[in-house]
Order: sequence, then C-alpha cells, then structure tokens
Amino acid sequence: MSLSASEIAAKRMKKRHFGRMVLPTYSWLVIAYLVFPIAVMIVYSFNKVHAGLQMVSFAWNGATLQWYHQWSNLPGLTASFWLSIKLGIVSTLIATVLGTLLAIALVRYRPPQFRGKTIVEQVLFTNIAAPEIVMGASLLGVFVTYNIARGFLTLVLAHVMFSVAYVTVTVRARLAGFDRALEEAAYDLGAKPMSTFRLVTLPLIMPGVLAGALMAFALSIDDFVTSNFVSGTNAPFPVYIYGATRVGTPPQVFVFGTAIFVVGIGLAIASLFLTKKD
Amino acid sequence: MEQPVLADHPGGLTPRRRSSWGKRLAPYLLSLPAGLWLLLLFVIPLFMMLSMSLKTCSPASGACTMTWSWGELPHVVNQYRAQFVTSLEFAAVATLIDLVISYPIAYWIAFYGGRKKNFFLIMLLVPFFVSFVIRTLVWQFILSDNGFFIGFLQNHHLVSQNFHVLGTGFAVIAGLAYNYLPFTALPLYVALERIDRRVLDAAYDLYANRRNAFLRVIVPLSIPGVFAAFLLTFIPAFGDYVNQEILGGTANTMIGTVIQDLFLATSDYAGGASLSIVLLLISLVGIWFYARVLGSRSIEEYL
Repeated sequence: MSLSASEIAAKRMKKRHFGRMVLPTYSWLVIAYLVFPIAVMIVYSFNKVHAGLQMVSFAWNGATLQWYHQWSNLPGLTASFWLSIKLGIVSTLIATVLGTLLAIALVRYRPPQFRGKTIVEQVLFTNIAAPEIVMGASLLGVFVTYNIARGFLTLVLAHVMFSVAYVTVTVRARLAGFDRALEEAAYDLGAKPMSTFRLVTLPLIMPGVLAGALMAFALSIDDFVTSNFVSGTNAPFPVYIYGATRVGTPPQVFVFGTAIFVVGIGLAIASLFLTKKD
Repeated sequence: MEQPVLADHPGGLTPRRRSSWGKRLAPYLLSLPAGLWLLLLFVIPLFMMLSMSLKTCSPASGACTMTWSWGELPHVVNQYRAQFVTSLEFAAVATLIDLVISYPIAYWIAFYGGRKKNFFLIMLLVPFFVSFVIRTLVWQFILSDNGFFIGFLQNHHLVSQNFHVLGTGFAVIAGLAYNYLPFTALPLYVALERIDRRVLDAAYDLYANRRNAFLRVIVPLSIPGVFAAFLLTFIPAFGDYVNQEILGGTANTMIGTVIQDLFLATSDYAGGASLSIVLLLISLVGIWFYARVLGSRSIEEYL
C-alpha cells in the first residue's frame, strides 16, 4: 500500500501548516511571556513617584527621566553595584585562566599520562550540578571554622569556585575540534612551546576562552545564593537589593536592572555578528 | 602571525619537544591550579559539612561537639518534613510546567528556526540578562494585590476582591517556572537540534505519518535532553529560596529557606549541615543516576 504523490503533498502541506502557523504563534507567546517582566521593569523605571517613600508603585504617574538622573542617589546601591563589577572582573580573570589550563589538560591527556582525570571530571560534573545553597553553606562553614573574615577575598574565592567548571566545559567544547597539526607545524618551524602556545594555540582557542569568560562574568554578576553566605558587611549588588527591598523597591533598582539588561543584550547581539563573520 | 616565529628561529635547531620531565608533568601542572581551587573550596568544604552534620550543637552556646552519630539527622529531617515536601512539590510542578512549555518552542527553533535560530535562542535566554533577584522582584510587583494582574481579574469580576496571588504557593511556582525556564528549554533545544534529519527522512520514506515520525523518532531521540532539562531545572528549583521569600511570603516555606535561616540567622550549623547533606544526597542520586545511564560527560553537552 503506497501513498499517491498528491497524498504525500497534502501531508507535507499539513506539516508546513503546523510548522508555519501553530508553532510560531505559540513560540512567540512564550517569548512574550519571557520578555513581559523585563518590559515592565524598563517601563516602570521611567515612572514618576509621588511624594512620600521613593518606591516604585503601580499607578502610572507620568514619564520621567528623574531616576536616570538620580541613578547614584542611593549610596549603598551604587557601592554594591561597583563591588559586583569589580568582583566579576577579578573572579572572571582568575576563573578563565585556571579553567582554560584545566580544559587543555583534559583534552590533551588520557589516563596513562594523566592519572586522576576521571576524578577531576566527576568533581567538575558534581560542581556544576550540585545545589548552590549547599556549596554556599559549606563554604560558610569553612570560613567560620578557620576564622576567615568574610569580605571581598571570600567572595572571590567562592565566585572562582563556582565558575571555573563552566569555563572548563566551555573551553573544552571548543578545543575538541582543534587541529594539533598546526602546533606540530609551529614546532617544526622551530617555535618553542611558549611561543607556540602564544602565537598558535591561544589565538585558535580564543573564541572558546572568551565564551567561557563571558559565562563566568554573567554567573558572577548575577550570583545571589553563594554571595549571600560568604559576603561580609559590603554586599554585592544582588545581595544588597535582596536586603534593601523588603519594604519596597526604589526606582533606581529598575534603572540598574535596565542598564545591565541593555549592556548584556548588546554584548550578546555583538557576539552574534562577530561569530557570523568567522 | 607566522612570520615572527620564523624570524626568531632561523636555524630551526631549537628542541622540538619539551624535555621528557616537563612532558610527563604537563597534565598535572595544567590542572593543578584549578584542581587545588576546587579541592580546597568545593570538595573539602563538602566533607567538612558532612563531618559537621555528625556533630551535636548546643543551641545556647553554639558550641559543637563531635558525637559521630547521625542521630540528629532523622530528627532534623522529621522536624522539617513539611518543608521538604513543599520543596519537592513546588520544584516538581515548576519543572513539569517548564518541560511542557519548552518542548514545543525548542522543537520549533530546532526544526523551523532556519537562519534566525541564534536570534530565537537569545530570546529564550532573555531573562538571564536581568538579575535573578530583580526579575523575581518584578514578578512580586506584577502579582502584588494592587498590581495589574490582580487588578485586571478583579475589574472583570473574575475573582473576588480579597483574592491574592502573592503569598501563595501559586506565586512561588510561577516564579520558579519563569526563572528556570531557560534551563529547561536549552537542553531540549540541544537534544532536538542534534537529531539527524536523515533519520526523519527515513521515517517518512517508510511511510510514517507526521504523528508517528514525531512520537516514534523525535521524542525517543530527545529523551536524554529531557532528562538533562529535568535535572538542570529541578535541582536548582529544589534548593531555591529566593522565589519563596520574595513571592511566597511567610507561608509555604521551602527547605532552602530553612537552611539559610539555620546558617545565617540562628547559627545552628549542625542542623543546617544535616539538612544540606540531605539536599545534596537527593540531588546526587539524580545526578549519578543520570551519569550511569547516559554518561557523565553527556550532561555537559547541554550546558
């Protein structure tokens, strides 16, 4: 029993109909749902606030740029923001270097030369999958036990700890398709290991390293759970917001949220164009 | 870039390989910094937490003594059984909602996304460009009693005037589902994207109809992605306490809130450590089950 050509064509049409009408409509609805709260945040960062407590309210009081002019009016909020940026940069630099080196080791070497590779892989796997609250709480236990004062140092220690595995995984994925003949060629032309790494290996794996670094920075700047356990009196941005908004949200929080969103989405679109060129 | 290399070593007499010692140590030297960092700040703290859960602390002085017993454990778990059950329920419901919402869109992007695939993937990731805490606060703002969601329903007499969303389990589940949706959608997309289109063509050539091709080819091939999506959503949602604290109010306490309070508010480290160990064990059972069935590297492919 076989289908006639017209029946097959009809089936193909039906398939196209589903693919062209129902699924796209549904998908755009999901996207609208994902974008909706962000749109609310951006719109309400322009809302006027009537006298009294300077908190965002639902009543629309007219548009204003007041909160963008007064973005730094809340000293605690601004300080926590710069602390998060500094923390993000420092922990990203460390995590990227350490994660890249580990990724190279994992791609190049197998158990006879690299004993314990399986253990390292299992630790990475567990690190990525373990609940963050457990990692944060156990770090707090260590810091308290050894009397390590909580502050910038403990934040850096923690942030590198939870982002280094992501960097390793990202870089390793890009390294998998790496043509080692290019390095052989450099050696054959008399390059030393260090200059081979600097002039051949690093430029080739750079897209992966940058992707890993972006990942580490995004994880660091957005982290709340672990930071909440290991930060001292100077809290990073998400921890500060969490503590400061129990009675209401100052409009500046939405201004910072909007700024972070615009920069982040701008970087994402830029990287999209850059990868297209390659 | 190649020119300077040639210029630096015109004779080509430099040794082509590292000395055998350097070569033998290379994998260890490369993995030492990251390995040490993870050992000291991830592995050892977990074992210390395990040992802390073996201690008994006096609530008054905060002094802990090693009792080498998990006598505390069943007691603590029993004490917070309700919170464990709430966490399990909320995380499971939110994960199921996410799987149902994400599968069709992941399927659409993988099979019909065409050249706009990357654009749609960024749209899926869009919540991640706003801080986790801020987007939860925005949901609090939207769902609040004078917010437009409730206001809209009340104006149309769809709900009574004393109807609340904020402070209910519904709000917590909605927040969890929103915040972790990308964790579900991306692994599903990766799994569906990877399906070899020729297998699908083969199914059609063998007279499978659209429904059969989907149910008997696409769905089975996407199962590893579904498992990965489940784990990557369920585990963080299970330990989450931000959604519960911001959206759930004082009711519907989840286990994450209890752990956080025991550590940060009451300094009951032994109790907090016991609960954390239980939470970790529940997660590890899922992770190890996955690793056994599908291999430990396979979950990384979905990140």
